[in-house]
Amino acid sequence: MGLEEKLPSGFVLTTVEQAAGWVRKSSVFPATFGLACCAIEMMTTGAGRYDLARFGMEVFRGSPRQADLMIVAGRVSQKMAPVLRQVYDQMPNPKWVISMGVCASSGGMFNNYAIVQGVDHIVPVDIYLPGCPPRPEMLMDAILKLHQKIQSSKLGVNAEEAAREAEDAALKALPLIEMKGLLR
Amino acid sequence: MSTPHATPRATTEGTVYTVTGGDWDEVVESAVKSDDERIIVNMGPQHPSTHGVLRLILEIDGETVTEARCGIGYLHTGIEKNLEFRNWTQGTTFVTRMDYLTPFFNEAAYCLGVEKLLGIEDQIPDRASILRVLLMELNRISSHLVCIATGGMELGATTIMIYGFRDRELVLDLFELITGLRMNHAFIRPGGLAQDLPPGAIDQLREFVKTMKKNLPEYDKLATGNPIFKARMQDVGYLDLTGCMALGATGPILRSAGLPHDLRKTDPYCGYENYEFDVPTADSCDAYGRFLIRLEEMRQSLRIVEQCIDRLAPGPVMVADKKIAWPAQLALGPDGLGNSLDHIKKIMGTSMEALIHHFKLVTEGFRVPAGQTYTAVESPKGELGVHVVSDGGTRPYRVHFRDPSFTNLQAMAAMCEGGQVADVIVAVASIDPVMGGVDR
Amino acid sequence: MSENQNHDEQNNNGVPAPRDETGEVIGVRKGMFGANNGGDTSGYGGLVRTVALPGATSRPYGGWFDELADELEGALEEQDLLPENVIEKTVVDRGELTFHIAREHLVRVARTLRDDPALRFELCTGVSGVHFLGDKGRELHAVYHLRSITHGRLIRLEVSAPDNDPHIPSLVEVYPTNDWHEREAYDFFGLIFDGHPALTRIMMPDDWQGFPQRKDYPLGGIAIEYKGAQIPAPDQRRSYS
Repeated sequence: MGLEEKLPSGFVLTTVEQAAGWVRKSSVFPATFGLACCAIEMMTTGAGRYDLARFGMEVFRGSPRQADLMIVAGRVSQKMAPVLRQVYDQMPNPKWVISMGVCASSGGMFNNYAIVQGVDHIVPVDIYLPGCPPRPEMLMDAILKLHQKIQSSKLGVNAEEAAREAEDAALKALPLIEMKGLLR
Repeated sequence: MSTPHATPRATTEGTVYTVTGGDWDEVVESAVKSDDERIIVNMGPQHPSTHGVLRLILEIDGETVTEARCGIGYLHTGIEKNLEFRNWTQGTTFVTRMDYLTPFFNEAAYCLGVEKLLGIEDQIPDRASILRVLLMELNRISSHLVCIATGGMELGATTIMIYGFRDRELVLDLFELITGLRMNHAFIRPGGLAQDLPPGAIDQLREFVKTMKKNLPEYDKLATGNPIFKARMQDVGYLDLTGCMALGATGPILRSAGLPHDLRKTDPYCGYENYEFDVPTADSCDAYGRFLIRLEEMRQSLRIVEQCIDRLAPGPVMVADKKIAWPAQLALGPDGLGNSLDHIKKIMGTSMEALIHHFKLVTEGFRVPAGQTYTAVESPKGELGVHVVSDGGTRPYRVHFRDPSFTNLQAMAAMCEGGQVADVIVAVASIDPVMGGVDR
Repeated sequence: MSENQNHDEQNNNGVPAPRDETGEVIGVRKGMFGANNGGDTSGYGGLVRTVALPGATSRPYGGWFDELADELEGALEEQDLLPENVIEKTVVDRGELTFHIAREHLVRVARTLRDDPALRFELCTGVSGVHFLGDKGRELHAVYHLRSITHGRLIRLEVSAPDNDPHIPSLVEVYPTNDWHEREAYDFFGLIFDGHPALTRIMMPDDWQGFPQRKDYPLGGIAIEYKGAQIPAPDQRRSYS
């Protein structure tokens, strides 16, 4: 991206990271990506009672080119999947994805021919939000957690380091089928 | 002129530029050069002013729409197929998610169909029927509010949207109190209801009616006489009675053409013949008429809600036949509805038969005699019909929903062609399609 | 519906619509519980029951059904059609009237039902496909519901086609509303509506293979894996038959 990605590791980079994180999290612009039931709850979150404006993000952008957060609100069908990916590709970096509701997260109760079993098959997801549909409070909680994540996100060499660590951890992690214990 | 965003391609009909973004001026320039005024605009499936994931394909000549087509199916969920693999009672959980703005209508239509197949229509307790009517009418209010709110938002009138969602929250509060959930309730079950009203619900309902009577006139003040609103809505989305009948349009679209056709009057179900209400009509055949009809229908729904509250008498809310009634005794748990601890204690500790019965009915469900039936209810969008086929098994053989949004959306082309591009949005908003219902 | 209720009352008062004893057999149900492909685990594997839909009804049908059937038959005779050839079967079940129509006469019947002043079914509520795998020779059914706003009536037309020849004439010229409904039935069941102006897929992507709501098309779910457990997709689970 810009100059900040080229900074050497150290005090300057961490300071820039904090400043950039603070700026980025304070004005996240979500793209309107309403699909199904969850979209109605997403709109409710933006409306009067829940008032997403408190977190500086009541303006949902119509164009993905002006947005940096995609809230995938609802079930993603096989027909919609390429469109969703295209909208994601049109968003400028840095960008984040919230998978809102069980259908977007895992296919939910619609385990069938028509629905993509989790939007993470198509785009990388930062926050999975359960619920069918999640209440507006839950969406706000997810957004606040995403804010924390954005605040602490790394830049430049630190980002590469963080990505490597995440990959190592993922490689070491046990596949779900090999996990033991109670089903919870 | 060739940019990565607008690539020209020679076809039999001339040069076609496929635009995926970029500088609009460049696109226009290339269009001008090609000496062809015709532009095809692909609006959606992801567009801020279409309802949900609706794709509109518009052929425009300057500002005039010469041809309009719909692309749908972007939210096809396969619910009808999924239903064939769950038992009859579980079906309500699926159908409630079809048209997610009118969950109670989907549930009621489906349950009326199942009850007709079972032949137990006469055994449904009065209280259950009254509560169904109550919930459906509350739902009609919330659905119309979303229609008016999002319709206003698409015109750029954010105030209407804020108003609409403010009042919808009041309805959702009631739903949450009564069913435990804000949306997707699965509360109306074959045979009755999942549960009775919780304590305090009647007072809240009365309070709600009082508040809504105060709030509804605000829409009149804000929109009905507003010259800008009227200028955008009047004579837009014109579809007369002949067009409505040919295209099968029902609900506010049909009534805006002057025909007072309402299944609650012509083909009453759930005891609608016992309620006093009017069917509003308009003769303008346009978006403004539909808006007025929706406003008036909300007032009429409030009237019905009041009558329901007055009529509620204590009694059961599920059929007496224990072979059909869902055996669980539900209680309001900390996370919405859950099984009542007392009931679990009773069947686990004292009654072996009740436990077996519970197990059989929950895992296997009841059998429905073979046959087919069509039941229709008047949803806020029009005639919501359900064609249920049973082969005598514990699961539906086939359930088909004739969703009003699906049928009404066909009228889009007839309403938009020849009009302005900006009016397409008004026309589509006045149809009030919900893609969850269209695509299922 | 008020007329329907009258009809029910009449039935209760005396003349129940006589029903064919056997009904229309559409399949056989075996066993009671277990996987569809494996052994039966319940000990009821030998249980065999036939599945039968309500069969043809003979006159009188009760209520306004007789009057309507007379009108329709009369109108068909005026067009030099033999009602026996056109209406394969009439079924009265649960207060609903169904005409099974020979597919080659469907458009003529629909036009008569729409235009005849005594019938006047102005509104068609679309077509619903049903796939009866066991109903050999007439697997695919297209079910139309017609509503008469003038007379406040509702009837059902049923047309069938075999799997290897899934052609049914299109009703779009009579009821334009069936445009999308027929495309939907084509998309899900592969029913080809001859004469439809643009019979293309409507719900599924254009390049989709197969017709997903046919009974021989799998649900397409995937097994869920979690902590050593695997839960098969709903159509793969053991179930009550």
